[in-house]
Amino acid sequence: MTTQPTPAATTPATYLALSGPLRLGLGIEYRNVEKRFGPVRALRPTSLEIHPGEFVALLGPNGSGKSTLLRLTAHLARPTAGTILFRGPAGYESGLAARWRLGVVGHATMLYDDLTAEENLQLFARLYQIEGAASIISARLEAAGLAERRSDLVRTFSRGMRQRLTLARALLHGPGLLLFDEPTTGLDSAGCEWLARELGSLHDSGCTIIMSTHQGGEVTALATRTISLESGRIVRDTGSTATLASPDAGRGCAPLLPSP
Amino acid sequence: MATHPELAQDRNVSAAPAISSSSDSPLWSGLWAIFAKEVRTELRTRELLVTTAVFALTVVFMFSFSFDPTSEESRHIGPGLLWIAFLFAGTLMLEPAFLREQTNDTLAALRLAPIAPSAILLGKTLANFLFLLITEVILVPVFVVFYNVSVANVLPGLALVCLLGTLGIVIPGTIFSAVTAHARMREMLLPLLLLPVLTPILIAATEATASLLSDPPEWPGMALKLLAGADIIFLTAAYFLFDSMLEE
Repeated sequence: MTTQPTPAATTPATYLALSGPLRLGLGIEYRNVEKRFGPVRALRPTSLEIHPGEFVALLGPNGSGKSTLLRLTAHLARPTAGTILFRGPAGYESGLAARWRLGVVGHATMLYDDLTAEENLQLFARLYQIEGAASIISARLEAAGLAERRSDLVRTFSRGMRQRLTLARALLHGPGLLLFDEPTTGLDSAGCEWLARELGSLHDSGCTIIMSTHQGGEVTALATRTISLESGRIVRDTGSTATLASPDAGRGCAPLLPSP
Repeated sequence: MATHPELAQDRNVSAAPAISSSSDSPLWSGLWAIFAKEVRTELRTRELLVTTAVFALTVVFMFSFSFDPTSEESRHIGPGLLWIAFLFAGTLMLEPAFLREQTNDTLAALRLAPIAPSAILLGKTLANFLFLLITEVILVPVFVVFYNVSVANVLPGLALVCLLGTLGIVIPGTIFSAVTAHARMREMLLPLLLLPVLTPILIAATEATASLLSDPPEWPGMALKLLAGADIIFLTAAYFLFDSMLEE
């Protein structure tokens, strides 16, 4: 029987002390993690370690288990077997404590269409108990290029604008671990370029990033490590130093951006 | 696409924001944030209140014109009709409570937040409670006029019955709304699950209202105790079971 590390208690106060003025990436350990939905094995027993500050691209076709792995990491689903451990600056953290340091951008926008851009961010600032939320929200809206549309309902936004606001929401509380589930879905080439810039900046700032995609391209090329899944199991892991700059990156997938 | 400064160039944005160290517990802050969001959305769209108020008023009008009851008959059948109207209004109102969270997977965003899962349920329950009470405040005066009953002398008692009975409808209703939100036949499933659970609540609320409207009025002590007891049981069960209900 494996002895589980004791999670460090992370409260709002200790979170600030631990994360400091800049983000500190969160590491993750998957120990024989498995997920079944009835008879379907969405993820076969998987052991994996992701180090703080890594940018991991999860590749694979639809149904390969990418989204399942991300939802398990985000604690939106419970593993059928196995354990997921988070390693922060002070040691192991419980899944609940890690929520303070987790940002997720999924298929859907996770935004309320009947609230304005500002109201959406205000809601999540309250949920994350962020102090001085007004100035942070203004800065986020400015960074997303939505300052002038802050009072407009999200339902009036284009897909690209929604995606920028989604990222602003996910970054509001300064997470150290960011999960992106096919974030380029529905984005045009300009949107993909913008996302690539943002992801590069976030990675440079020290965030751990895990991004699922079934495409190659500019966004995926930023990754420092790629893990390929098929039928719920890892079939290829480049390790933490490789990049997708190799010629066979994204082979078999439609290019994300049109060739110049 | 609009241009905007890159994130890394803005150190204020790149820095981790301060998280309040002296604020409310995650349960209460989450509860109030979700309640405020529900109220703000409803004030903007008026989808639930308008639909349910019109529907409940239609029920009361239809019964009134169908039976044309005397004052004495109204005291006997009126309480049952009133609570059937409340139940219909509640069922109509509760179904979208979690369905609306599916549109953009906003429920996942709420579940990701570092708040107690029960804060999601309680925030929504509180909002549904307020909306159904508003519907009842509109409905009761219409009921008084159309059914020729006097409630002036028993208003505090009737208000207490409405508060406890409404709570008894919205707590299990909000839970089942969450449970059925992913189901294919959710429109049929919610009433099917809800009605058997609400039967004791409706019987007690109807009995209590009938006692108050009788001549002379009687204090419905036992029915009120039953309503209060059921509310506490529903609330306790919801608090402890809600997290596992949302899990995949």
